[in-house]
Amino acid sequence: MTTVHAEAGKSALPHEPEKATLEGRNKVLAFWLFLGGEAVLFGTLFATFLALRNSTNDGPSAAELFHLPLVAAATFLLLASSLTSVFAIQAMHRNKPAELRNWLIITVVLGAAFLGLEIYEFSVYVRHEEFGMTTSAFSSAFYTLVGFHGAHVAFGIVWIAILIGQLARKGLTVVTAPKIYVSAMYWHFIDVVWVFIFTVVYLLGKVG
Amino acid sequence: MDWITTVDHKKIAILYLWAGGFFFGIGGLEAILIRIQLIKPMNTFLDAQTFNELITMHGTTMIFLGVMPVIFALMNAIIPLQIGARDVAFPFLNALGFWTFLFGGLLLNLSWVMGGAPDAGWTAYTPLSSTTYSATHGVDFYTIGLQIAGLGTLIGGINFLATIITMRAPGMSYMRMPMFAWATFITSAIILFAFPAITVGLVLLTFDRILGANFFNPETGGNPVLWQHIFWIFGHPEVYILILPAFGIISEVIPTFSRKRLFGYSSMVFATLLIAFLGFMVWAHHMFTTGLGPVANALFSVSTMLIAVPTGIKIFNWLFTMWGGQVRFTTPNLFAVGFIPTFTMGGVTGVMLASAPADFQFHDTYFVVAHFHYVIVGGLVLGLFAGLHYWWPKMFGRMLSETLGKWTFWTFIIGFHLTFFVQHFLGLMGMQRRVFTYLPNQQFDTLNLVSTVGAGLMGVGMLIFLWNIYITSRKPADAADDPWEDGRTLEWTISSPPPEYNFKQTPLVRGIDAFWKEKLAGHQAMTPSEPVGSIHMPSATLLPFLMSVGIFIAGLGFMFSRDTFGSDVLGFLFNNYIVTGLGLVITFGSMLLRSLFDDHGWHIEPEELEGR
Ligand code: HEM
Ligand SMILES: [Cu+2]
Repeated sequence: MTTVHAEAGKSALPHEPEKATLEGRNKVLAFWLFLGGEAVLFGTLFATFLALRNSTNDGPSAAELFHLPLVAAATFLLLASSLTSVFAIQAMHRNKPAELRNWLIITVVLGAAFLGLEIYEFSVYVRHEEFGMTTSAFSSAFYTLVGFHGAHVAFGIVWIAILIGQLARKGLTVVTAPKIYVSAMYWHFIDVVWVFIFTVVYLLGKVG
Repeated sequence: MDWITTVDHKKIAILYLWAGGFFFGIGGLEAILIRIQLIKPMNTFLDAQTFNELITMHGTTMIFLGVMPVIFALMNAIIPLQIGARDVAFPFLNALGFWTFLFGGLLLNLSWVMGGAPDAGWTAYTPLSSTTYSATHGVDFYTIGLQIAGLGTLIGGINFLATIITMRAPGMSYMRMPMFAWATFITSAIILFAFPAITVGLVLLTFDRILGANFFNPETGGNPVLWQHIFWIFGHPEVYILILPAFGIISEVIPTFSRKRLFGYSSMVFATLLIAFLGFMVWAHHMFTTGLGPVANALFSVSTMLIAVPTGIKIFNWLFTMWGGQVRFTTPNLFAVGFIPTFTMGGVTGVMLASAPADFQFHDTYFVVAHFHYVIVGGLVLGLFAGLHYWWPKMFGRMLSETLGKWTFWTFIIGFHLTFFVQHFLGLMGMQRRVFTYLPNQQFDTLNLVSTVGAGLMGVGMLIFLWNIYITSRKPADAADDPWEDGRTLEWTISSPPPEYNFKQTPLVRGIDAFWKEKLAGHQAMTPSEPVGSIHMPSATLLPFLMSVGIFIAGLGFMFSRDTFGSDVLGFLFNNYIVTGLGLVITFGSMLLRSLFDDHGWHIEPEELEGR
């Protein structure tokens, strides 16, 4: 495995470099499994939120709170970042490290913008609406579900940023490719979770 | 140092075994104290608070820190060997899983010396576990300690899944896999889908307690029954995480000592799958009395009873395996055979409990205590004993003494039935569980005395086992490759203990019970599937240990973040999350190091292999 890596020149990179070694295949497989566990994790958080979403304890309710345009903008940013991460993987498969790097950078920037909007949103709620973690069961469930997602985004940003650094130092190899591939899987997963959050938390909160 | 940095699955297995044994000892002491308190009515040996702490810690310790690691020890020691692999899929993660488990367990037990252990029962039911009713840091130790330990379990589960999916030897199709490997595979899948639920539950409870969130506080809109749902959606599958590996062990031991193929192999596989699947649908049988309503109760009642079907299939298959076989009652087989009726009794009381109307009578009495000890101790612990005696020579190169082993068996199993059989009657007569004493002359006195005496006898059995280990460790390591002489699976084809790389040449598997099949064909060894070549090995590393230390520090820091301290410095460090941050820096720093410096590992060359 390692010898393959040492000798892998640019031209020798296989078509799907993330699956070229046993280690790489294991990584991708294990990451699918991990995402299965993550799905249960978010599923439980969603269930909790649904159980408690009307328990506002005289605090603000979802309908009073949410500004859909802001959330829609955040959603747009995150969805766009998923698209750019697809472009990144496509660039990787075409063995274009520079293009890959650029798409990853755009992905990170979009993710950071999303996170910025979310932090702004939370700060508005806390400062102007007196809606904090302790306000009601609804607020606890809201901050925990959406906050968990936000923490995932933050982790993903740092992770992909480190991978960009690694790419610069080590180039695109059968060792770095699985890492990049897996981080893209992670990023899509976060995106899918957000679609559910947007629907279940925000849209449902506004209309029903 | 060797042990702290190792990534060898066989050494990690031994680490799991010692750590699990250590916590098992603590849990056992707690049990003995509980039984001493209950030896007679109105006993004042312990006060109510200490008793609550002891039962909470006993249950929590035994399940999460005692038996789970011993299961993981056997899996780590045996699974790669049984499937003909040189290693697990992720040696680094394997080590990380062990260390997070250990530090989580240590954190939990620190509570004894840091101001009070958790006292809300092993199920931590809210609102009993809220700060209103449990004001010490005890429950925080529970939530955060279990969180960290659970992380290790989850990592271990993913690792085994990947290992079994991708690293089986050529020819080992799924339907040729040994039953213990199947059990590990399915157990790992249950872990993967059950543990994230408790992860969330523990987070929510932590937030309620430390950040003042309102998930489970009815006064601010929270819902205590929500906790029960989350806990048992994890908790019931957890009981199958415990018992399926025992099923796997029994399915290895009985054929070996009956000199016969396991009866109904494919039905065993499907029964295991079915049990795992149904295990996720029955959680609310722990909640019949919370007022879910007759429809929900009926559904959960019926689905619970369904599980008896695949379980029954398994029991009969073991019996049919022995039927007409040349049965040898070695120590492992004694435990395996003792397992069958004992576990069956636990299953029968399970079906009784599953009848919702009857459960209104049984619930929260010693009948339930008897039920789950029959399945967990009479099932899992007997299974672990069988497995430990069976594989000890493979793990350590030394045969445990058969004489002492038989003493262990008889004292333990007699003590066990003395302890728990009578608890069925105590329960039926109305003795409540989780209560620190009882009034005289309710006909509880004699049976409780019997129960305590039985517990003492089980303790004696454990001591004999420890003595056996000690004696054995002083003997030379000269166990044969196939010390039971009727080994059927791949682990018996290599030396005891195995070399670091397990298999010099990956074997070619030609049927179920690969080694047995070769023996029948008159071969002494497996046919290799590859020429002797250079073997790649992962390098040892301190990072998993460091990461776990970091998480441990972060956990402590978070737990005390809202406290007032006598010293300003401490207050500053904790209240500003500096300690938490430090821990996280250590953990994430180690992760960063791991990601920046690729581990190329090292190679064992053919000359070296031949040199042996
Ligand atoms: C296979 C291994 C099994 C294990 C490890 C196990 C474990 C447990 C545990 C720990 C409890 C106590 C929960 C509490 O604290 O209240 C329990 C209760 C229960 N078990 Fe089992 N069990 C097993 C098998 C079964 C089977 C086969 C059935 C039914 C077919 C069953 C049905 C029940 C029911 C209905 C309860 C609830 C009793 C109550 O709380 O009133 N169990 N079991
Ligand atoms: Cu259950």
